[in-house]
Amino acid sequence: MSQIEIAELNVDLDDQGYLTDHNQWTKEIAVAIAGEEGIIELTDRHFVVIDFMRKEFKETGTGPSIRRLTKQSGVPTKELYALFPGGPAKKAARIAGIKKPEGCI
Amino acid sequence: MKQLLILGAGTAGTMMVNKLEPVLDKDEWQITVVDQYETHYYQPGFLFIPFGIYTKKDVMKPKRDFFPSGVDVIFSGIDKIIPDQNQVLLDNGKVLKYDFLFIATGSKINPGETEGLQGEGWHKNIFDFYTIEGSLALAKYLKYWEGGKLVLNIAEMPIKCPVAPLEFVFLSDWWFTEQGIRDKVEIEYVTPLPGAFTKPRASKVFGDFLDKKNINLTSDYNIARVEPAENKIVSWEEKEISYDLLISIPTNMGDPVIERSGLGDELNFIPTDKETLQSKKFENIFVLGDATDLPSSKAGSVAHFQADILFDNFLSIIDNRPMKAKFDGHANCYIESGFGKGILIDFNYDTEPLPGKFPLPGIGPFSLLEETKMNHYGKMMFRWMYWNLLLKGAELPIEAQMTMAGKRV
Ligand SMILES: Cc1cc2nc3c(=O)[nH]c(=O)nc-3n(C[C@H](O)[C@H](O)[C@H](O)COP(=O)(O)OP(=O)(O)OC[C@H]3O[C@@H](n4cnc5c(N)ncnc54)[C@H](O)[C@@H]3O)c2cc1C
Repeated sequence: MSQIEIAELNVDLDDQGYLTDHNQWTKEIAVAIAGEEGIIELTDRHFVVIDFMRKEFKETGTGPSIRRLTKQSGVPTKELYALFPGGPAKKAARIAGIKKPEGCI
Repeated sequence: MKQLLILGAGTAGTMMVNKLEPVLDKDEWQITVVDQYETHYYQPGFLFIPFGIYTKKDVMKPKRDFFPSGVDVIFSGIDKIIPDQNQVLLDNGKVLKYDFLFIATGSKINPGETEGLQGEGWHKNIFDFYTIEGSLALAKYLKYWEGGKLVLNIAEMPIKCPVAPLEFVFLSDWWFTEQGIRDKVEIEYVTPLPGAFTKPRASKVFGDFLDKKNINLTSDYNIARVEPAENKIVSWEEKEISYDLLISIPTNMGDPVIERSGLGDELNFIPTDKETLQSKKFENIFVLGDATDLPSSKAGSVAHFQADILFDNFLSIIDNRPMKAKFDGHANCYIESGFGKGILIDFNYDTEPLPGKFPLPGIGPFSLLEETKMNHYGKMMFRWMYWNLLLKGAELPIEAQMTMAGKRV
């Protein structure tokens, strides 16, 4: 279902719903994915996080950990969880159109 | 004389010293190793101390017993690494020069990272078991505990030995049964991971074990603070969990010396090449064991496989040859599951823990992702192997690279 809705915007998603090519990302796509994640409106604060994630991804090839996010983006942990309930690192990465953050094994 | 300097004489550093000392030409190379403490602790033994299975003396030996003569050993804190000058400053005022530097300063718990964790409840009804002090204090407490709600919480990933918290609750289930109070104890496993473990198949198997043992699983839980006066933990999303006894795995971080030297990430882990173990910033620095930022498990077995790889590569480098050996993320972990049984997992960067058999020449086979008595013996045998083979850099009958032999895909 999620596939279809976003497919209308012509993006390729992997089996977990993350963009396979971050260059395809647009703000409209971010809004659509956010909607699926139950985030009705993307505010400026959301975009502080999203922009930071995209910048970080371009520079390092992976999304930042929550620790790095809070330290570098200036958005406190508490607010981060309020903005992206249920898992900021993963949700924000999906909305920002970058790969799912690599966990450890 | 060329200088090889090794920082940290824990599992990885000690192993590396013992592997290289016999082969490096003594007219050309001086090996120096630095550590702040004179006692070597067998950290996997900390798991067993709270349940009275090991005592303090089972898990400690003098570090001196494990250094070959001919190696320069310095006991001192390390103040700062200055890579641009190929220098290391020690707390005792000494300045050491190096041609090559191996960093093996490990990782440790930082309870101060979680608000309230180290407050009034710390080592009263809140304990860690990742330190000798924590596990001894917990042993005393458990001896007289009459039951209630035990909550085990992992503050944040990554942690060293990611299976140890599972082992702790499995052993708790067994131990409280032995004490005749299992019906008075409720056990809850609270983790930031989406399930019982990191990878899907193992996560499912361990999840089933938790179920079977009547241990409740709360996943995706990110602790924000402890309120010791109220005996509860609270998540960033304000979800509260109350406890009578809290077992915490606090945030694990690399040593502050890494931060002071500007070498680490947010958790003081050092950005390291996944395959060669070379520092991403400095060609003559290599990192091994828990100090790296690799996505492999932080475990003694992993440090051992890394040491094999680094050994080969280092010999190539000093002969001006390219590095050929590649670390594949191999980990091999025995998981104590209680009632005299254990589970074995064997995996690497690309292959998650799979079921099947694990062939070990002369001893095995062991069963993978299954509970057996044999795996328990494997776990208990590990202590002997650690002191007598592993630390001494002896060849073990197990390859550094993972093998698919015996695994069911
Ligand atoms: C409870 C528990 C259970 C475990 N169970 C298992 C298991 O079953 N199997 C397994 O394979 N692994 C297990 N492990 C993990 C294993 O113990 C570690 O992965 C391993 O010891 C890592 O080795 P290391 O050399 O990287 O670090 P360490 O062995 O921790 O050594 C680091 C050394 O560096 C020194 N150092 C650090 N900073 C400084 C400084 N600034 N100045 C001077 N010296 C410094 C320290 O004193 C220390 O000696 C367990 C760990 C714990 C805590």
